Amino acid sequence: MTKQVQQLDHVIIRFAGDSGDGMQLTGDRFTQETAVFGNDLSTLPNFPAEIRAPAGTLPGVSSFQLHFADHDILTPGDAPDVLIAMNPAALKANIKDLPRGGDLIINTDEFTKRNLTKVGYEGSPLEDGSLEPYHVHAVPLTSMTVKALEDFEITRKDAERAKNMFALGMLSWLYDRPAEGTLGFLKAKFASKPEIMAANLAAFQAGWNFGETTEAFSVRYEVKPAPLVRGTYRNISGNTALAYGLIAASQLAGLPLFLGSYPITPASDILHELAKHKRFGVRTFQAEDEIAAVGAALGASFGGSLAVTSTSGPGMLLKAETVGLAVSVELPLIICDIQRAGPSTGMPTKTEQADLLQAMFGRNGESPVPIVAPASPAECFTAAIEAARIAVKYRTPVFLLSDGYLANGSEPWRIPDTASLPDLSQEFAFAQPGDRGENGFEPFRRDPVTLARPWAVPGTPGLEHRIGGIEKADVTGDISYDPDNHDRMVRLRQAKIDGIAADVPPLEVDDPDGAARVLVLGWGSTYGAIGAAVRRARNAGHSVAQAHLRHLNPFPPNLGDVLRRYDKVLLPEINLGQLALLLRGRFLVDVISYNQVRGLPFRAAELAGVIEDVIKHV
Amino acid sequence: MSEANGHGRAATQQGEGRRLASLTLVPRAATRSATKDFKSDQEVRWCPGCGDYAILAAFQAFLPELEVPRENIVVISGIGCSSRLPYYVNSYGMHSIHGRAPAIATGLAASRPDLSVWVITGDGDALSIGGNHLIHALRRNVNIKILLFNNRIYGLTKGQYSPTSERGKVTKSTPFGSLDHPFNPVSLALGADASFVARTIDSDRRHLTSVLRAAADHQGAAFIEIYQNCPIFNDDAFEPLKGASATAERLIKLEHGEPVSFAGGTRGLRFSAHGELEAVEVAAAEGPGKSDAAADEDTLITHDAHRADPSYAFALSRLDTADFRHTPVGVFRQVEQPSYDQLMAEQIDAARSRSGPGDLAALLAGNDTWEVS
Repeated sequence: MTKQVQQLDHVIIRFAGDSGDGMQLTGDRFTQETAVFGNDLSTLPNFPAEIRAPAGTLPGVSSFQLHFADHDILTPGDAPDVLIAMNPAALKANIKDLPRGGDLIINTDEFTKRNLTKVGYEGSPLEDGSLEPYHVHAVPLTSMTVKALEDFEITRKDAERAKNMFALGMLSWLYDRPAEGTLGFLKAKFASKPEIMAANLAAFQAGWNFGETTEAFSVRYEVKPAPLVRGTYRNISGNTALAYGLIAASQLAGLPLFLGSYPITPASDILHELAKHKRFGVRTFQAEDEIAAVGAALGASFGGSLAVTSTSGPGMLLKAETVGLAVSVELPLIICDIQRAGPSTGMPTKTEQADLLQAMFGRNGESPVPIVAPASPAECFTAAIEAARIAVKYRTPVFLLSDGYLANGSEPWRIPDTASLPDLSQEFAFAQPGDRGENGFEPFRRDPVTLARPWAVPGTPGLEHRIGGIEKADVTGDISYDPDNHDRMVRLRQAKIDGIAADVPPLEVDDPDGAARVLVLGWGSTYGAIGAAVRRARNAGHSVAQAHLRHLNPFPPNLGDVLRRYDKVLLPEINLGQLALLLRGRFLVDVISYNQVRGLPFRAAELAGVIEDVIKHV
Repeated sequence: MSEANGHGRAATQQGEGRRLASLTLVPRAATRSATKDFKSDQEVRWCPGCGDYAILAAFQAFLPELEVPRENIVVISGIGCSSRLPYYVNSYGMHSIHGRAPAIATGLAASRPDLSVWVITGDGDALSIGGNHLIHALRRNVNIKILLFNNRIYGLTKGQYSPTSERGKVTKSTPFGSLDHPFNPVSLALGADASFVARTIDSDRRHLTSVLRAAADHQGAAFIEIYQNCPIFNDDAFEPLKGASATAERLIKLEHGEPVSFAGGTRGLRFSAHGELEAVEVAAAEGPGKSDAAADEDTLITHDAHRADPSYAFALSRLDTADFRHTPVGVFRQVEQPSYDQLMAEQIDAARSRSGPGDLAALLAGNDTWEVS
């Protein structure tokens, strides 16, 4: 049967099912196929914190949204064009996001009376007409998978579990995705279980064939590859990029990498990833708690490692005292905070940007710490290298503020040429045996430019010294309770961090026609949504400028000028206005905050409306 | 005689002879250092009469025995009176934050096997705020030596009861007497499966030094409880154990391979029907009134610190009583186990010998790439 092929410039697909249905895996594989095909893409996994919430219930619904296009895109998309609902719960939880006319692929086998009742459907939405606004493809996915696998010597349960591969095969056909990667993946994943491997491969193929032959799909879609910059690409998630950035920084600095970490969502994948790479000399230490994790990292830093700890908001609090010690003893340390919805446990798998003020101020005393924030999943790579650069050059703890959306979201990444990466070994040097003055070794004699103190690691003869959290005398580092000395040391530590501003790139402003009177400013993971919203506003004929902060402490030196150049500054944040508070305090600029804390990224269409609203009132 | 001695000394200086077990990866000093080499220029600021002075002096006098260059020794402490010690030792040191020294030392020792790492802590630091780090450092068997100065009181905060204070302790924070049951630090360390556990006393320099030596000769985590007098807030807490007669009567000096005996050899230990150790009169050939509890020599315990099962060492630790009527000191337990830092280094070596050192470009590329031209 020959089918009509329709060209599309972009598609947003959402896979939704029970936590046990393998939706994240299905989404990942479809993403990988799409990446290899050459589309630009952006993903949004959305899953419950519970590992296996009761089957078929609303809290157990797990989804994965993928936006892919033949052009450069910035977000995983506001609303899906296609929703795959593996059961009634998935339908109920997601149908409100599907625009009228959207494609709806339903696994009809799961629409039993029991499953419907479980989520509060009185009748079947397949029969009551409520799905009429959508283009419904009713497919008995489970029973067809089981039928396709009846010759395999596997249990019925294992056969049913392969239904996600049937669905993936069907979708892969529908959007003309290359299947080789998924077939190879299944072969590797089930290498030790040949029967299960064969069943999954057969389920995928059966889904593909079904798409080709069924009447349920009359059209096949084609989304051409996007014209990306020349190079070799891969798909990468934020946490993987961050882990790779740390390994790269370690290699570039010539320092062994040490990670102290305690498992916490959504940061654990950094620990998992780094634990794989012992060939690079990476030492990963799963500590007894968050405090020991950062403590061990600080100990390793004292010993001359590139030391890192990874965590999320609740862990940040527990580490605060040790970060304060790192500020006081002036040793390099990278603290990766993969922010999640708070306060307290909050919503562990949902994203938020509400740890900024904690990173700025969450310690006793005057305790300044630089903050770096990546704007996209792939940018987590360069942000990790930048955090390492600042840490080793200035001998200071540095916060790297990522979040759940960046951590788990993925996008194509043009793999950098390793020769193009910064040579961090030029940014610092360990103190050498001869570094003694008339008064012997002075552990707090500062570099006149950076104000960094010597990094004198144990094992270096002649530089034996003691450091600690008690106030130190300027230069000598001896214990000091002298009032004037404390005043001087507090100011020196602050000046050291403030001085980093001269060493970070100025804030770039995207203001194509130079006529904008409104600037939209952002930081962190809102970059994509703000960028997409700004495009919409410009397409609607508005002039609007965009700028995005990667350095939040200290700010780029031109930030004040940029803010004052515009009549209005709009600042969308996934918190209640934390950066806005800092900007008002620092620059006396009355920025307009736009805030949401829904555990999800901003929607571009909504932000575009906000931008246009601000422009109207200039 | 003098020639022989001189010869022996020279051999030591040239770095021959057996290394202490915890120092196999630590460089050997070219020349033997002296006690004064380990004294820093900082004025010692403990209260007059504090037991910490004696421990510091013993520690500084012992360090040359390690035959380790000064720069390869690191002393890490938490917060409290005892934790000021690193400032007074001329090596690398860190006076960190309350309770966290074992964690910080773990990161240092795990990443730098060429260092001899010592942790100085107290009963509040190690057993209250830092209890979690202590037990985990011990179970992991990180190559660090932990010296816990136990004075059974909070000194630096001016006299509150501690987790080793006896119940009913009247202090500023417990004017009607403390309510909580104290930790027995040796029992706690054994419960955490520590591979080396010992106890000693600030006032017995020779014994203290012998325990330090035994700890340094142990690869992995070593835990030493040191009874330490606080003359200001808990004076004479260990008085029953001090003085020649008390020492003879009450202290059970554990020696591996030797029968456990005390009170001038008139008392020993044997196991009761339920596995507790009990102190008994040793059966004597002469003398009137042989007590009912008197035991035959062949039922008495001979100390074996190397038993893999910690039950016996734990039973020894339970002999403690509030009145110190029989108090074991010395090495309770010393068993050979691979240390955490060794295992960590082995994993890295194994990964490298399996597939070579890491290649950054290959890592970044991964397996699923595509070209855009």
